[in-house]
Amino acid sequence: MTIMYPGVLRHSRQLAVAAALGLGTLASPLVAEAATTIRGVMDSPLRMLDPIATTAHITRNHGYMVYDTLLGMDLDHQPRPQMADWTVSDDGMTYTFTLRDGLKWHDGAPVTAADCVASIQRWAARDAGGQMLMANVAELEASDDKTITLSLSKPFGYVLELLAKPSGVPAFMMPERIARTPADQVISEAIGSGPFKFVADEFQPGVQAVYEKFADYVPRSEPPNGTAGGKQVEVDRVEFVAMPDAQTAMNALQSGDIDFFEQVPIDLLPLLEGNDEIHTQVLNELGYQSMGRMNFLQPPFDDVNIRRAALTALGQGDVLAAMVGNPEYYETCGSVFGCGTPLADETGSQSLVDGGDPAKARQMLEEAGYDGTPVAILQATDVPILVAPPVVAAEQLRKAGFNVQLMPMDWQSIVARRVNQGPVAQGGWNMFFSNWIVQEVWNPINNPMLNGGGPGKAWFGWPEDEEIDRLRAEFAAATDEATQREVASRIQAHAMDYVSYVPLGQYRVVSAWRSELEGVRPAPVPEFWGVSKRQD
Amino acid sequence: MLSYFVRRVIAAIPVMLVVALFVFLLLRLSPGDPAAIIAGDMATPEQLARIRAALGLDEPLYIQFFVWLGELLRGDFGTSLISQTPVLTMIHQRLEPTLSLALVSILFTVLISVPLGVIAAWRHGSFIDNFVMSASVVGFSVPVFVIGYLLIQLFAIELRWFPVQGFRSLFDGVGPFVSRIVLPALTLSSIYIALISRMTRASMLEVLDEDYIRTARAKGLGERAVLFRHALRNAAVPILTVIGTGFALMVSGVVVTESVFNIPGLGRLIVDAVLARDYPVIQGLILLTSGLYVVINLLIDLSYAATDPRIRY
Repeated sequence: MTIMYPGVLRHSRQLAVAAALGLGTLASPLVAEAATTIRGVMDSPLRMLDPIATTAHITRNHGYMVYDTLLGMDLDHQPRPQMADWTVSDDGMTYTFTLRDGLKWHDGAPVTAADCVASIQRWAARDAGGQMLMANVAELEASDDKTITLSLSKPFGYVLELLAKPSGVPAFMMPERIARTPADQVISEAIGSGPFKFVADEFQPGVQAVYEKFADYVPRSEPPNGTAGGKQVEVDRVEFVAMPDAQTAMNALQSGDIDFFEQVPIDLLPLLEGNDEIHTQVLNELGYQSMGRMNFLQPPFDDVNIRRAALTALGQGDVLAAMVGNPEYYETCGSVFGCGTPLADETGSQSLVDGGDPAKARQMLEEAGYDGTPVAILQATDVPILVAPPVVAAEQLRKAGFNVQLMPMDWQSIVARRVNQGPVAQGGWNMFFSNWIVQEVWNPINNPMLNGGGPGKAWFGWPEDEEIDRLRAEFAAATDEATQREVASRIQAHAMDYVSYVPLGQYRVVSAWRSELEGVRPAPVPEFWGVSKRQD
Repeated sequence: MLSYFVRRVIAAIPVMLVVALFVFLLLRLSPGDPAAIIAGDMATPEQLARIRAALGLDEPLYIQFFVWLGELLRGDFGTSLISQTPVLTMIHQRLEPTLSLALVSILFTVLISVPLGVIAAWRHGSFIDNFVMSASVVGFSVPVFVIGYLLIQLFAIELRWFPVQGFRSLFDGVGPFVSRIVLPALTLSSIYIALISRMTRASMLEVLDEDYIRTARAKGLGERAVLFRHALRNAAVPILTVIGTGFALMVSGVVVTESVFNIPGLGRLIVDAVLARDYPVIQGLILLTSGLYVVINLLIDLSYAATDPRIRY
């Protein structure tokens, strides 16, 4: 789309020429698109370009288009080489990463180890897992142009998993001059070494983001697998087009205006059934974890016994049914690490998974000495998937004897309000609900709700929980899978007993695309490499 | 006339300053935190504090206000906190779709509603009058998005006469522009057609009973000349007022139509900016809209003199 500005309208000759040229196309409803352009409507419009400064999923998706990562993660959740191969010293304390040949930034400069060191440092300053990693790093340096050496000061078993993690804040590599920007300062320049180049001139925040094939990209030879494997680009351009209205996106997909729709609302799926031109599939098979978080600083949830009563009152089935509707796309899961993941463990979640026990919860509440202090629950009204859980949970808590006040507001107001650590009367809160991509919570290092750092360091709700921090450190130090799983199981048990948060089950979203696209495959993030567009 | 124009323009300056101060205070005193929105879901209190400092949001309010005012006086509307794009660039990108939609909608409105209102008044109490009045009730009552979806279903999906969504600049060709603007403009204008046809009918009914109309008919003028040259000109002042304010309302209230037809205009920009607490963008857009209201009111006042010879400035 070309945008012309009103000032141009003064030039009547141009207008006349434009009119003359355009009249002939009136009969044709659509302007021909470039044959190898994929137009996709993603989960939300792209507004921020810095994939380190924000955790917005659309910015992460943008990140995977433009940037590359040292390591990728395959669909079996194993770290694999991407920009670099690696070796680990016999004592497990030194990791050496070697950049593969032919890597270039989009401005033409070669990718160097110094760029990658700066990128890891910026990522680690922002990412919770990265911070934990760097607390155990003695030295991170570029040994030569192609070699990065990471020396640990203490054993740390999750180095590769963190550098390969696909969601939250992935460790994207940037040129050193950009990566030297402080992590809290948002960058607006998108120069990476990934398979697509960002077309800055065509970027309209909240409207469209355009990517072109990076001709100098050298993909790995392996087939694509998760975020690992070869990123062979088969199209000239990919356009992320914003459509705030889901019905409009559905119409556009059916008419061929767009090729890909990342998240089809489950209730609109029947409209696509029987349409041979449209293919639907769950691409991120682990899906999302729904969850509720209490405020540990304010009554009544500053009392662990009252939190336990609330946990006993809550049941996942009703929440999921109201939230997703179609049981084909959700299941109960009591693991704080999500189900289907390497650390999945449902210890302590029986009542939650079985639907809750209001009678027992009422008794626990009485024994805890609950004095009727209102529970202020923040309810998002503008994000369909977030509307139902607070309403259902409020009803379940009321049945157990809680005095609940629902506070409806838009999601961004919740985002702003949940920062407030004060009492409800001063703009605070007692409980809110959100969702995470399972890959963001699937281990104790990444899962933000398991941080027990209190008001200064913990995630919203701010539990001060030394035990969980000790267990997380024990997990990080474990270097074999059996020990990691055993520690994770203890973390699960502790999290449920302390009610660090309330996992409310797992659901999946469905993507839809036109049959002209070939090669769309399951992955933790939407991937447009390896996807071609058939030209009829 | 010229001195009136200059006085009105000078009078607009304090209005805009008050708007600027009011908008600034309203935004800063209402709940919201752009830092929390930028940081996303995984932010810790320490990170939020650092982001606030990086954005200058930890400065006292009066310093933030004067910094912004100073930038405004230099013609700099600031930079979006979220996308780091200059506010003026964002407004430029979004202005053409919204202005196009509003102008075409107002064109449809005038072309459809004024003749309908005149005919309804002329045939007062007839089937046509009843039809126009009933249709205008429908136009008032049916929500804009429902009309939009019905038009899409019929004309874009069933008949395939128009695309289902999107916007093309006029400079991409008249065909693509027209094919994409017709349905949203009809949707947006529906409520204004209803409003202005009723308004025109009521104004016309008032003047059609006047002595000068009887005189015009008595001296043998044709009905068309009586209606359009004598009656409509005298009934025009309230109609022009509604059309003018209707245009300003369209520019500031097109968000639903823009969403249904996926038009990347100012309406969506301001909703996005409000939801993200993107202060510079909201401030810039409200100033722009306020300026637009000032200009349109001035043009309406000037147009009175053009249509009514009794009015002089």
